[in-house]
Amino acid sequence: MRVFKMKKGNIVPFLRSLEEFGEVWGPVKKGDNYVYAHEDPEKFDLSALRTLIPAKKFFLPQKSTILKFKNGNWYTHSDCKKRVIFGLHPCDIHALNIYDEFYTRVYEDPYYKSNKEATLIIGLSCLPDEHCFCNLTDTSTVEKGFDLFFTELEDKFLVWVGSPRGDDILAKRSDMVEDITKEDIKDYIEWRKRRENMFKVDLSFTGLPEIVSASYDSDIWDKMGSACLSCGTCTMVCPTCTCFDVEDEYDIRADEMNRNRKWYSCMFREYSLVAGGHNFREARAERLRLWYTHKLVGFMSEYGDPACVGCGRCVVSCPVGINVLSIVRALTGEKNDAFWAKTEVKQI
Amino acid sequence: MKEKVEILSCEVQKEENPYKPERARIVRKYDLTNDVRFFQVRICNPEKVMEWTTNYKPGQFMMLSIPNAGEAPFSITSSPTRPGVFEFSIRKVGRLTGKLFELKENDFVWLRGPFGNGFPVERMWGKDLLFVAGGLGAAPLRSVLLYALDNRERFGKMYYLYGAKTPEEVLFKNEFEEMLQRDDFECHLTVDKDPEGNWPYDIGVVTTQFKYVKDIDVNNTAAIVCGPPVMYKYVIQEFLELGISEENIYMTLERKMKCGMGKCGQCVVGHKYTCIDGPVFTLWDVKTIRNLI
Repeated sequence: MRVFKMKKGNIVPFLRSLEEFGEVWGPVKKGDNYVYAHEDPEKFDLSALRTLIPAKKFFLPQKSTILKFKNGNWYTHSDCKKRVIFGLHPCDIHALNIYDEFYTRVYEDPYYKSNKEATLIIGLSCLPDEHCFCNLTDTSTVEKGFDLFFTELEDKFLVWVGSPRGDDILAKRSDMVEDITKEDIKDYIEWRKRRENMFKVDLSFTGLPEIVSASYDSDIWDKMGSACLSCGTCTMVCPTCTCFDVEDEYDIRADEMNRNRKWYSCMFREYSLVAGGHNFREARAERLRLWYTHKLVGFMSEYGDPACVGCGRCVVSCPVGINVLSIVRALTGEKNDAFWAKTEVKQI
Repeated sequence: MKEKVEILSCEVQKEENPYKPERARIVRKYDLTNDVRFFQVRICNPEKVMEWTTNYKPGQFMMLSIPNAGEAPFSITSSPTRPGVFEFSIRKVGRLTGKLFELKENDFVWLRGPFGNGFPVERMWGKDLLFVAGGLGAAPLRSVLLYALDNRERFGKMYYLYGAKTPEEVLFKNEFEEMLQRDDFECHLTVDKDPEGNWPYDIGVVTTQFKYVKDIDVNNTAAIVCGPPVMYKYVIQEFLELGISEENIYMTLERKMKCGMGKCGQCVVGHKYTCIDGPVFTLWDVKTIRNLI
């Protein structure tokens, strides 16, 4: 992989100059959270860790019209936009790689594909906080799935080129980058070591598929299920959740019908309800079990990797403390006092 | 001034969009029971009629939609051995099917598909076949039954056991009565209850019909079951008691689906998507992927 170096002061002009290829989006602070926004790159917060909603929204929007029905015919509709997304961390890029595999397998999703082709992905290194555990899910570094990747060292950026598109861009901005030296590599190795020592979550993900499969009848699911609010937050913030619903919507003004798809959650009761009123997952415990089985076992047998990238979004978002860490702790027999105390709430 | 460079493209594939449905005409419809209707549907594009109706497998399903009422999966009731039209047996249960029941002959519906794995019919060649259907389960099984009858010499002994709640709820009654006359396979009909007292055949749940199953080669038999969820346990028990192995027991299942292509996730069970890994599963699948039935 080709690597260059960039002076710190060049990053904002560089990102600004990318506006010629598409809208430049990056992480900015909004309230207590970070969100991706199309703003002047000067406002991008390079210290941002996890955005509230992951970058999947650029490839599978929360709501989008996929078909229009007018004058007795269906027409393909797309809201695809050219974008440059800056500030994706290794976990985010790993999640997008899972998305890529998922949305192109068996049947290629044309909307996903065009969104993907319309987007430049520019990664950015990060230093973990107490909720990050990408070191445990083997997603703390990334080799593919980006056009450029910026590693922020003390006094410079190292820029890894991950695609021909990325290389084309750097070729056109050759005045902003320079070749790396032995000294730079040394600095990078130092930085890597420092970063590796910053992870705080102490847990093992080894052998999880077998453990989760064997725990199908465990009372852990009932306990967690009794605390779960079925709010679906975990599925919305999870960067590898792919599910959607499709609904028709009549537009009176245009006298046309839109077929829309929008994010959906397996935590919702209606998710597994079939015609005639039979529900395959009536209990919240069953829905929770499905999600964690799908994340920790399902993707393993399909792709060889778990679908958890260790971003920590479910850890900071679930209002009752059910997340991949508390589930794994419970399944591996580790007492998680904070969580069990919370589940003492009476059955809703 | 630098020339504007296009590095990114925004084109969406329009021609081969698998979400875009194909227009089809209802050419024939009639009621099978008081809430189940039979629809014969022909693709409007003449170039696609034969291609679509010969290249599917028994047990596959199609996504049928009506603009503004939505889209849902329906198993194909017809067999690719009788091409030209797609046939569906549809129960009126919701918004889409409610709208569908308002449509007349010559009205349009929209189709995508076919989707799903279907029955591995080639793997069943040379085997004895034992079909067990309950209620609306006769709809998807009719596809593989017709396929087997139209390739009769490829299969060994054939049994078809069909149970419905009442005589009024028997699907394809005339067809089955004609089949009773055939001497190249055995067909048995039963109803749980006969309030009118006019039912000429057996009364009792479908498992009582296993008494007619004789002389099958259990080591070389494919058993196929489809019916309401409550039925599976008892029928599977009978199959196992006959000595049929788990991998030769097939069932076709239903789930909510919005895409048919393994994307929307609503048909997920464990790590399998019913739309691409199913809807036909073996008993071995059912035992490994919990919560399937």
